[in-house]
Amino acid sequence: MEIFRLKLLHDAWLIFQKDIRQEFKTRYSLNAIFLFALVTLVAVSFSIGTFTASADIKSALLWIIIFFSAMSGLSHIFVREEEKHTADTLKLVAQPTGIFLGKFLFNLFLLFVLELIIVPLYFAVMNFEVSGVAVFISVLLLGSLGLSAGATMTAAIISKASAKGALFAVLSFPILLPVIVAGINGTKIAVKQVAFAEAGSELQMLFAYSVVVITAAILLFDFVWNE
Amino acid sequence: MLDVESKLVGYNKKSENVEIQETLMNKIWQFGLLIWLFLVSLAAFLWAPLAEGLGEYTRILYFHVPVAWVTVLAFLIGAVYSISYLKTRRIIYDQIAESAGQLGLLYCVLATVTGSIWAKVSWGSFWNWDPRETSIFILLLIYAAYFALRSAIEEEERKAVLSSVYSIFAFVSVPFFVFIVPRIYSSLHPDPLINTQTKINMDGKMLTTFLSSLFGFTVLFFWIFKRKIDLVKIKLDLRKMEN
Repeated sequence: MEIFRLKLLHDAWLIFQKDIRQEFKTRYSLNAIFLFALVTLVAVSFSIGTFTASADIKSALLWIIIFFSAMSGLSHIFVREEEKHTADTLKLVAQPTGIFLGKFLFNLFLLFVLELIIVPLYFAVMNFEVSGVAVFISVLLLGSLGLSAGATMTAAIISKASAKGALFAVLSFPILLPVIVAGINGTKIAVKQVAFAEAGSELQMLFAYSVVVITAAILLFDFVWNE
Repeated sequence: MLDVESKLVGYNKKSENVEIQETLMNKIWQFGLLIWLFLVSLAAFLWAPLAEGLGEYTRILYFHVPVAWVTVLAFLIGAVYSISYLKTRRIIYDQIAESAGQLGLLYCVLATVTGSIWAKVSWGSFWNWDPRETSIFILLLIYAAYFALRSAIEEEERKAVLSSVYSIFAFVSVPFFVFIVPRIYSSLHPDPLINTQTKINMDGKMLTTFLSSLFGFTVLFFWIFKRKIDLVKIKLDLRKMEN
């Protein structure tokens, strides 16, 4: 059992590395997701100006930018395998759970890279200020965890269907909405409060959501992948 | 046409698993349900007293809440049949899950519309993103996404597997909306008025009408659902005969 577990994590790590290498050959997802975020940020900033919007609106807009940028790039991880017909080979080399974890890690990494660039930019361009920096970062990290877990699973589902692009957002939105709502509320709280206890219920919900969704995804991924 | 008819005659003779004949019991049940729902409607408008703070708007309670309950019930049944499909791989379970989804979508639209009307008269606007309104809207979106996914896949088995997985996956994330969000974020919904401290704070007559309505709507749902299951079985059997 111990060996199996290690092998699983090892598989996941190898697949993560493989996807990173493949990604940096073409930089397709990274370009798509980053440029989408940048365009949305510019559109938002240009249309509402720097000083007019309240902190509540700015918290919501940040999460909307992150969510739709994620929708533009996170599905590529499975769609690529189907389009290049590499999925069958991948089936031979690794366990489904290892594959899911590897792909999930990659999407999480992609989302972190995006946030590393877009969030400071958002703070600068939108004149956005938070008092509870630690609270804000925790909300962001836990939110990304839930977002990439849900999105990786729906990406696996839509990669087997036609009309992939449109379907991805349609299928992901209802599943990811708890993350967006809790993320927006957590950010609103972080704007005013420094203490963790103030955002306690939001952080708990984000964490519980991530755990539940990752567990369900690992259990269900087998069926989707071997279809 | 004649060909199909002759097949159907043969089918009726050797029908083992499908009961399509109208039995007397069935008729009594149907008639009883009709009377029951008729009485419930009368009671809701004439017999039950009004709740404090809600006035005449109380009456929609007897229709809106049962419909919303059936929406969630249909969603649960769909998820259960999806699990059965993934376990046994029998296509009929997927078809039944789809039927539950169709009924759920219908009830979900009804719950949204009745809720919206109630919101207009008591809060002043048709829609204001109350947590409960959000959660019924999420259910509506999930049902829509489920059927969008089904229509995007040609091959039957693939369609069954992927839509089953999606329905289970959605079912896992929905409790966050239906149960957790309304408890974290304040709601204008009248259950804080009627249902304080999880004790049902209703007048005896109100409670009787409400529970009867809940029961009537649930039986109505199961009756339509059974009809749809029969239809699915006939469809699958016919297809088997054609091959």
